[in-house]
Amino acid sequence: MNELRIKSGTSRKSAYDLRSPVIEDHETHTLAIIVDNEAGVLARVVGLFSGRGYNIESLTVAEVDHEGHVSRITIVTNGKPAVIEQIKNQLGRIVSVRKVLDLTTDGPSVERELALLKIKGKGQNRVEALRLADIFRAKVVDSTLDSFTFELTGTPDKIDAFAELVRPLKLVEIARTGVVGISRG
Amino acid sequence: MTRSMTGAKIVIQALIDQGVDTIFGYPGGAVLPIYDEILLQNRIKHVLVRHEQGAVHAAEGYARSTGKVGVVLVTSGPGATNSVTGITDALMDSIPIVVITGQVPTFMIGTDAFQEADSVGITRPCTKHNWLVKDTDRLAETIHQAFHVARTGRPGPVLVDIPKDVQFASGAYSAKNESRTGHYKPKTRGDAEAILELVEKLETAERPIFYTGGGVVNSGRKACKHLRQLVDETGFPITSTLMGLGAYPASGPNWMGMLGMHGTYESNLAMHGCDLMINVGARFDDRITGRISDFSPNSFRAHIDIDPSSINKAIQVNIPIVGDAGSVLKDLLGIWRSRGSKTSNGAVREWWQQIKEWRKVDCLSYKPSTATIKPQYAIQRLEALTADADRFITTEVGQHQMWAAQFMGFHEPNRWMTSGGLGTMGYGLPASIGVQIAHPEALVINVAGEASWLMNMQEMGTAVQYRLPVKQFILNNERLGMVRQWQELLHGERYSHSWSEALPDFVRLAEAFGCKGISISDPADVDDAIMDMLNYDGPVIFDCVVEKHENCFPMIPSGEPHNKMRLGEDSEAKTIDASGAVLV
Ligand SMILES: Cc1ncc(C[n+]2csc(CCOP(=O)(O)OP(=O)(O)O)c2C)c(N)n1
Ligand SMILES: [Mg+2]
Repeated sequence: MNELRIKSGTSRKSAYDLRSPVIEDHETHTLAIIVDNEAGVLARVVGLFSGRGYNIESLTVAEVDHEGHVSRITIVTNGKPAVIEQIKNQLGRIVSVRKVLDLTTDGPSVERELALLKIKGKGQNRVEALRLADIFRAKVVDSTLDSFTFELTGTPDKIDAFAELVRPLKLVEIARTGVVGISRG
Repeated sequence: MTRSMTGAKIVIQALIDQGVDTIFGYPGGAVLPIYDEILLQNRIKHVLVRHEQGAVHAAEGYARSTGKVGVVLVTSGPGATNSVTGITDALMDSIPIVVITGQVPTFMIGTDAFQEADSVGITRPCTKHNWLVKDTDRLAETIHQAFHVARTGRPGPVLVDIPKDVQFASGAYSAKNESRTGHYKPKTRGDAEAILELVEKLETAERPIFYTGGGVVNSGRKACKHLRQLVDETGFPITSTLMGLGAYPASGPNWMGMLGMHGTYESNLAMHGCDLMINVGARFDDRITGRISDFSPNSFRAHIDIDPSSINKAIQVNIPIVGDAGSVLKDLLGIWRSRGSKTSNGAVREWWQQIKEWRKVDCLSYKPSTATIKPQYAIQRLEALTADADRFITTEVGQHQMWAAQFMGFHEPNRWMTSGGLGTMGYGLPASIGVQIAHPEALVINVAGEASWLMNMQEMGTAVQYRLPVKQFILNNERLGMVRQWQELLHGERYSHSWSEALPDFVRLAEAFGCKGISISDPADVDDAIMDMLNYDGPVIFDCVVEKHENCFPMIPSGEPHNKMRLGEDSEAKTIDASGAVLV
């Protein structure tokens, strides 16, 4: 496997690559979208973003209430304040959307992302990788004679920082969940 | 009590429960079970169109002219894809439509089966909501929910896709009142504090203007009534978008005419110079605002809209009021009256003086001709000769549409059916059919351009089959007139592909369809020919050969501010200077 070339700030690259470069008066917001868990609901939400030219930095989705058929979609987006307002109003218009929470403005919240990082290497590099993992409280979830896979949870910045540090140790693969968030208290 | 019946029967039963009397449709393999059921009942009339796009526009005409939900039934694959333009049209103009599409059986979905198309996928962005029903037990509830969503809040088109095996299978029927409608409940009451703030502004505004849109018509009769009372009692001037014509009567004392790209001089300048703008059910469309940065620079703006996403989308407003136009206008009127019905009289009177000055420009004037029929003249005569009838006008898209909006007066809502948001050529003929079905005794006229009319002319067959006396009033300039106008004004007179060649002989075409054809080209014949058309008891194709190079004025070229309006051919001379137009 080839070494991954991750430039710093890579987490800001969207999986959907819809994102324009961060512009000055743009704000980044984390939205939690509570939806009916029905076929096509994710397509409705994502289609709204692509159709209207909004940005998606990260997106996660999972059912959160099986009985109530409720899923929670977390989207990190950015745009001018007026555009963020539009995004929330447009989301609110989708019939299967029950509620839109703006974790960035609706009060304090916690946000976390999980990443799995695979580092190939032998000898001193392995030791160094383990040492860095310890500092970041990353867990080893798989190891072979010439590789480690670390699990790391934290803010996207923390994951960026860790990825940055282990990159020279031959970071070959990285998988990230995207952000989930919840309001405090 | 739940009753068990086949999916196909459930469809018909649910439609009957919803009070549906008419379906516009076209059969095919994937809806045959439903067509069987149609044959076995006589509560619902099925109108066989000639193309599925026509079915949707007909349903739009039906809905727009009645305030009820229009219903369409088409088959899978090409039936569904043919309906997409109509569905998008209904979405843009907030017209409540329920489209039922057949689908290949559930066990074949995803296999590229014959006439399979991902109908819910294709229509997801052009419906308000859509459903694929995979279980006959859920079918009745879904259809009831579809009607609820289509007509509630900001109305719009919805689509229910029903696989053929679901139509054959038996399932439980749940009646309208037993069905859950889900949690879709848009807010209709406006915020009391915001309404009070607006009342205070009504009392002190010196240069106020009402700017109303299709939302008032959609809200219904009550909204129009409250609007009329509020406008007449405050004495404020009112203008409206293309979609809102008729909510306030054109004969009303405060009416200034339509605004926007081809709106009147006085409306646009009043929008530019006002100090209080009260937007009711309009959405600051780019055809209205012109250049955003120069839009109404000194106004305080209130926006009443049932759709929160319409507010602050294009134009920032000072008082946003989310709610139903009827409900908010009623509250507004009530509070304003209870505080003594105050306005700042003197200032408003001066404002009217200014508006009267602008009116003197007589912006709709045109050079008359005795050699060729001026399209404006033809419409003026049509207007004059039908003014006493409670008539319904539909249009196609182009110059003729704008002339109809400028020269015809609408005194009641739901009398004017036009494709505003999407600007769909081919809308008017099928829409006129839908209107006539809903109002069998009424005079229904489609003011058309020859190019648009050809786009759905197959629907003449529908008109003849159902003996619908729709009048197709075609302003035939042998040009894609509006395109030609843009090319003349904005593309150095390079008329690339903007003429209509090899046009049919419309009189013989009418004969071929089995209806009446009339063709005129001499201005002296206009009145008699129009009377001929009106007196004929049946569908008419009226070929009115008009001046080919007439332009539609006033015009605000896109991207220009309101006060850069062009008034006529010698436009440069008449271009208005910004400083002169802004009222001090
Ligand atoms: C389906 C569709 N295709 C293209 C256009 C672009 N378009 C707008 S107006 C127009 C010309 C319409 O010609 P006609 O119906 O003869 O009306 P006129 O402007 O001549 O009155 C065209 C091509 C459109 N609005 N709709
Ligand atoms: Mg034409």
